[in-house]
Amino acid sequence: MPPLLEVKELHTEFRTGAGLVRAVDGVSYTVEHGETVAVVGESGSGKSVGALSILRLIADPPGRITSGEILFDGRDLLSLSEPEMRKVRGRDIGMVFQEPMTSLNPVLTIGRQITETLEEHQGADRGTAERRALELLEMVGIADPRRRLRQYPHQLSGGMRQRVMIAIALACNPKLIIADEPTTALDVTIQAQILELMKSLTRKLGVAQIIITHNLGVVARYASRVNVMYAGRIVEAGPAEAIYHRPRHPYTMALLRSVPRLDRPRQARLDPVEGQPPDLTRLDGGCAFRPRCRFAVERCGETRPALEATSDAGHLAACFRSAELAAEEVAA
Amino acid sequence: MTAITPGSVTSAASADTAWRRRTLAGTVLGFCRRHPLGAIGFVIILIICLAGGLADWLAPFDPEENDFSTMMQAPDWIHVLGTDQFGRDIFSRLVFGARTAMIVGFGAAVGGGVIGLILGVTSAYFGGWFDLVFQRVLDVLMAFPLIILALAVVSVFGTGVFNVIIAITIPLVPRCGRVVRASALAVREVPYVDAARALGFGHTRIVFHHMIPNVLAPFLILLSAFVGQAILAEASLSYLGLGVQEPVPAWGLMLQGSAEDYATTAPWIAIFPGLAIVITVLAFSLFGDALRDAIDPKLRTR
Repeated sequence: MPPLLEVKELHTEFRTGAGLVRAVDGVSYTVEHGETVAVVGESGSGKSVGALSILRLIADPPGRITSGEILFDGRDLLSLSEPEMRKVRGRDIGMVFQEPMTSLNPVLTIGRQITETLEEHQGADRGTAERRALELLEMVGIADPRRRLRQYPHQLSGGMRQRVMIAIALACNPKLIIADEPTTALDVTIQAQILELMKSLTRKLGVAQIIITHNLGVVARYASRVNVMYAGRIVEAGPAEAIYHRPRHPYTMALLRSVPRLDRPRQARLDPVEGQPPDLTRLDGGCAFRPRCRFAVERCGETRPALEATSDAGHLAACFRSAELAAEEVAA
Repeated sequence: MTAITPGSVTSAASADTAWRRRTLAGTVLGFCRRHPLGAIGFVIILIICLAGGLADWLAPFDPEENDFSTMMQAPDWIHVLGTDQFGRDIFSRLVFGARTAMIVGFGAAVGGGVIGLILGVTSAYFGGWFDLVFQRVLDVLMAFPLIILALAVVSVFGTGVFNVIIAITIPLVPRCGRVVRASALAVREVPYVDAARALGFGHTRIVFHHMIPNVLAPFLILLSAFVGQAILAEASLSYLGLGVQEPVPAWGLMLQGSAEDYATTAPWIAIFPGLAIVITVLAFSLFGDALRDAIDPKLRTR
């Protein structure tokens, strides 16, 4: 079976006053049916833009998808007409946004916002759509759904709103859900609930997921595979377990050192990633992480390392010294 | 996770009524208590609308009939507000004038408002070149004071009630479009518009169903102010002889011509239509202010 989603050499650029920003610069990855893939990276690494590119929601101008292919279920999304693309959005691919506070329309009832999608994509009549909405609210664990249907977003808590967003995303039985930092705006306790909910629902319904996050804890627990992005490129990709325990790229290693770990002896201090993210308008031909990398050598400034297989199966890294790093870790 | 706890089921029944939409009467009563001035404004507007609507039954005399035996009579029990220089009953003309004022006022305000609303939101939604060009066109229109632009339009289309409505509608469009666009720009940046795009909704649906309802609050406030402005503009145009034409009763017309000449000998001819204009415009202004306070969701009780 071919993968559900296959992104090939995707390039998305923004023309800004400061110059051309290659927000997504040759990204390729696949998502299998029913699989959860995490895209990790710091702000400005191109992880959100990459996700929005899949749905072709990049505002043009200033943004533009310049090249690449996005094969979803056998069709190249980049060659679809706008009306065809509209049918894909919301029906085949659902999206959950970062801010549940502002991603729901304040003047429409919860029920209306769910039924609207059903009416748009499935031509459901009012009654059918309302029954389905009720079912969806129950499914995402909202108590007293009948009452909630008639309420407005401001009457719901953040966690409940995010549950509603998930219900809307699932409304038309999509094959893929893209969740753009779905828990960033929520309390820590609620974050876990929402992630558990998404995990159990996607597993039950066989929906594939792309979770975009900068939270490595989320990755470890909920994703089967991880793409680590830096400056618009994937610098490391592989099974979550491998990335977590045997990182092969200095950036991933630095990221892992910068978060508190419960599975390691407690350190006195966290070790932040030094320096600033690079200015995407003035990248040179070398590795973009080089200025912040403690393993950088002369060669890193000359050519950009390609994403290549490491000794692990299915584990890719874009670093000249990934083999050395692996050996070093074994020695240590 | 999906199980409903028993407690929530029992509480649902009582909560259901608590969350039910407030009744119309309750809403109106609450408005009157919190905004007494606005309520007074609303009552005046209601009275004027009723007067205009029921003019045929309310007016004791034909407003267009000259009666030279009763010229310039001071107010008395037969002609409660007196008569003008042609012997026409001023009260009857005021009542019929209310009809003209309301038709022109609401017609122009709603017309200009709705066109401005749609253009303003569309402009903000699409942005880019469309927005830029549209805004420059508005700039040109806004460069003319309302009454000057209305005068220009009237001189092109000619006078009469319908043309006056058009003449006032046109200068109101940019005034509405500008304000609505500003609100819509803010709405455009809120993620639910992107979320609507991500759900596969078309532009028309997003503009009409997702953006316009979110700018309705400033729009309604604007609209109430526009009615007052339009009535004033109509009175001005009529006063200048470029609005509604004699013998159609209109407040501006009643102030026109010989009303000035008789200001000392028969002041009621000018005073009552003048008062009618002032009170009406004031009423719309008071109501509009109160509406703004009432509609603001931050002040609304849940």
